[in-house]
Amino acid sequence: MENPKDLKYTKDHEWVRVEGNKAVIGVTDVAQSLMGDVVFVELPEIDAEFAAGEAAANIESVKAVSEVFAPVGGKIAEVNTALEDTPELINKDAFGEGWIFTVEISDSAELDNLLTVEEYGKLLVEGE
Amino acid sequence: MSKRLIFEMSRPGRRGVSLPESDVPETELSALIPREYLRDEAPSLPEVSEIDVVRHFTELSTLNHGVDTGFYPLGSCTMKYNPKVNEDMSRLPAFAAIHPYQPEETVQGALELMFLTEKYLAEIAGMSKVTLQPAAGAHGEYTGMAIINAYHRSRGENRTKVIVPDSAHGTNPATANVCGFRIVQVKSDERGGVDLESLRAEMDEEVAALMLTNPNTLGLFDENIQEIARIVHEKGGLLYYDGANANAIMGIARPGDMGFDVIHFNLHKTFSTPHGGGGPGSGPVGVKDFLEPFLPKPVIGVKEGRYYLDNDRPQSIGKVHSFYGNFGVVVKAYAYIRALGGEGLKYVTEHAVLNANYLMKKLRERFHLAYDRICKHEFVLNTANQKQYGIHTLDIAKRLLDYGYHPPTIYFPLIVEEAMMIEPTETESKDTLDQFVDAMLKIADEAETNAELVKEAPHSTVVGRLDETLAARQPVLRFKPE
Repeated sequence: MENPKDLKYTKDHEWVRVEGNKAVIGVTDVAQSLMGDVVFVELPEIDAEFAAGEAAANIESVKAVSEVFAPVGGKIAEVNTALEDTPELINKDAFGEGWIFTVEISDSAELDNLLTVEEYGKLLVEGE
Repeated sequence: MSKRLIFEMSRPGRRGVSLPESDVPETELSALIPREYLRDEAPSLPEVSEIDVVRHFTELSTLNHGVDTGFYPLGSCTMKYNPKVNEDMSRLPAFAAIHPYQPEETVQGALELMFLTEKYLAEIAGMSKVTLQPAAGAHGEYTGMAIINAYHRSRGENRTKVIVPDSAHGTNPATANVCGFRIVQVKSDERGGVDLESLRAEMDEEVAALMLTNPNTLGLFDENIQEIARIVHEKGGLLYYDGANANAIMGIARPGDMGFDVIHFNLHKTFSTPHGGGGPGSGPVGVKDFLEPFLPKPVIGVKEGRYYLDNDRPQSIGKVHSFYGNFGVVVKAYAYIRALGGEGLKYVTEHAVLNANYLMKKLRERFHLAYDRICKHEFVLNTANQKQYGIHTLDIAKRLLDYGYHPPTIYFPLIVEEAMMIEPTETESKDTLDQFVDAMLKIADEAETNAELVKEAPHSTVVGRLDETLAARQPVLRFKPE
């Protein structure tokens, strides 16, 4: 699947969609295919605060448990409660219905540290 | 083949035993146990005859795959072969029939055996003193980290962090977390060892310890261990050795000499005692002399040729197990050490490493080798070569069942995508290894020419491919009659 051009990415295979002061966060299609079938998602608490790079959620698949890091710092605004009963949304629609949480961005300068779609695509080909 | 649960065989009124009439006066249950704790309905137990029970469980027992029935590449990490003489020794009445409350003077032999086992393990580890109390590996880790914590506190230091490499066993960060430490992860370098730059960057005076497995979970020996020890010690931190892979160094190299301060061994891995269903385990912890005061009590002492339990240990972290640990397991490990002797233990290690390298050399012709180095007792392959045919590691593992092998550890270590970790151990002959290689190479052929056969495996087992995703998403945890 193509990585959407309007998103930002991290080297940990997460995507970020900036909507005003809010960042919507999920994992990429590559990430979900590496993890295999997702069986459980542990979501953060609303209003919990995370610094950029801190683990905010856990995704449990049949293979392993993976951490989801906050790509930018801030307060958790919303979580995708649909994942509680249907964690497979991450497998089915990683860039859409499989979003995980949103953050109220505390420092928009941190967005500059994220990867563009080209940079992420390059990372996938060349490795870290 | 249909396998019924014993509950499904139940017929009302069928009995396997007939109990004699009670010859003591009966008392109402509610007179003995408060009403709220009594059940309202009789439990639904299977009603079956004796022969039904015998056949049912005998048949189930034939479905097991164990080290006594066939080769499995899970290695010592799960459990290596258990020599039968160990079992005989632990069943000697002088060991099996004693009671932990017996006076010391009547159990001198048992105390001597424990004292000597501690001494041998200390010698193998390059440590000064060992406790046998911890009941398993993770319990040993907990004990070791509690000792490290007590040591720092005794010096008025409150260190809050523990460093673990990204290749670590999951129990390492879990242990550090339970002990109240914050976990800091360091990367592996391109050779699979600890990345020294990351370690230097993370190491400071708040770090209580580095927890390390050497060789690590990739089966690779970290040649920088002395430099690693220097970096950690320079800032006052200690080094914890996870002994899960001690089968690769026993009798050859000693963690104490590498710079480690605390170690746990798994007697149920390295020292050939049973594990899992046949356990229990045992996770002795060894320490350098400056940590001795913090060992769990009692410690076995010897005075004028008499062994005694020393409880006068004011700085001890306390007890971590009732009585003296899993004594029967210690007897088996003692028998193993004495049967092989120093030279024999070295021979074990040499053969464990030789067998692993032999398999690695044969299998890398078809399977991708994650780190191209001489390995220790295990190595990690993956299915990068099979990916183009849509084959995953799980498919290879399932297909191995059809060839009569239990699969190796899969999807661990986490730093290798689609990992297959293979550990043959020292007891397997070249014939056995060659047969396993044949099976693996056949599967590699099948992946290319008949991928569906591999993807749908296993075909010859009692049940076919299980839906692990469904089982994890909607677990059915107990049988309910319809």
